[in-house]
Amino acid sequence: MTNIAITWRRIPERYCIIGSICKTCSTKYFPLRKFCPKCRRKGKMERYQFSPRGTIYSYTKVYAPPAGFELEAPYILAIVKLDEGPMLSAQIVNTQNVEIGDRVEMVFRVIKRDEPEGLIHYGYKFEKITD
Amino acid sequence: MQKVGIVGYGCYVPIYRIKPEEIARVWGEDGERIKKSLNIEQKAVPDLDEDSATMAVEAAKNALVMAQIDSQNIDAIYVGSESHPYAVKPTASIVAEAIKATADLTAADLEFACKAGTAAIQISMGLVLADMAQYALAIGSDTAQGKPSDALEYSAGAGAAAFIIGKNNLVAEIEATYSFTTDTPDFWRRQHAEFPSHGGRFTGEPAYFKHILSATGGLFEKYGYRADDFDYFVFHQPNGKFPLEAAAKLGLEPKKVLPSLVTPKIGNTYSAASLIGLCAVLDKAKAGEKILLTSFGSGAGSDSFAITVTDKIEQARQRVKKNFEFYNKREVFIDYATYAKLKRKIKTL
Repeated sequence: MTNIAITWRRIPERYCIIGSICKTCSTKYFPLRKFCPKCRRKGKMERYQFSPRGTIYSYTKVYAPPAGFELEAPYILAIVKLDEGPMLSAQIVNTQNVEIGDRVEMVFRVIKRDEPEGLIHYGYKFEKITD
Repeated sequence: MQKVGIVGYGCYVPIYRIKPEEIARVWGEDGERIKKSLNIEQKAVPDLDEDSATMAVEAAKNALVMAQIDSQNIDAIYVGSESHPYAVKPTASIVAEAIKATADLTAADLEFACKAGTAAIQISMGLVLADMAQYALAIGSDTAQGKPSDALEYSAGAGAAAFIIGKNNLVAEIEATYSFTTDTPDFWRRQHAEFPSHGGRFTGEPAYFKHILSATGGLFEKYGYRADDFDYFVFHQPNGKFPLEAAAKLGLEPKKVLPSLVTPKIGNTYSAASLIGLCAVLDKAKAGEKILLTSFGSGAGSDSFAITVTDKIEQARQRVKKNFEFYNKREVFIDYATYAKLKRKIKTL
């Protein structure tokens, strides 16, 4: 069973793409960081709401998924470069075809269900922006 | 009396669709006949990673794009559904967190078969009018269930609609609301049961029609409206036929109901059905036009609303790219096997 406290602690990141910004050097981080590796003790970290949009930096198609993702295979797992710069990995939904450079937008989905009676873990996935 | 109404609205429909002919093929039924008798061309099917909470969040985000309010000013969230992902643990708190409305608010899940979403609107109106909430968010969201091979399987769709209720910058004013409720056992799902049961033809006259017509008539009588006052009528739509029959019983022209008829394209989205119909009408309506909305929830009850569109709507809806037509046009057809997998109807999975 997944650690409940870890799931709970990651809700701002997973539900809303909230990361950190160092007010000293303006570097933005995702996921949340408590410490700026550039400014070290001079750094001043605050929470930062990232844009829900980004670009596909790289991707792969997963045919041999880890436990809990079997029914979703094959699915696209991408590294998404958020508009503000930081990168995250996420599933791409509603398509089986993506290209590097495709514009994507966050959608709120179930990431994993602890079957049969455990928690349902929600969070970000992305879909292609169609216009 | 102070004005109350809709500050922003939004809907969500999953991308997958299945046609009644494909479902009928598996069960040895006449697909063409079923398609005609229900007036359903296709229905929406949720992906494996979609549920009533994820759809509610997407609809709420669209409503926020329209309303352009700070989500921190939402003081209440009510989510109506008969497919809440958890039996115990609110969908509303998941939505609240995902739209950054926490923690200074109240939230709860509602259930009244297909009318829990309109019940959420009424509760929201009450809180806003009593100054207990600046804004309240009312949502209807369902991944509708239907037993394999049951008549419901041809219609049970998936979707959500969200309405931000407030007092200022209204895109539509809710002038009046009236409800009609009785204990009528037309459709139910027992605790722990996976699929709902229903009374077949009993769901028609003593249930749907009696409550829809009584609530609509009750609203007219109590507030002095006449059918001619309204440009559009939005009824709960368990299939594509019942709303048109209700219109005929009220002596309405079909053209006043057709713009709200979304079930032929996305299926019966239960708690979201009449509300997505309202979204489709609000996407088209002009300032000054009047809309009559009457939901129906089995068990049974109807909530009726008199709504007037304001001159703010034109600008407001331009802000929302993901409107009903966006989701309606986005469709990927699947076969029954894929549908059975996505809906987890294959029990060894």
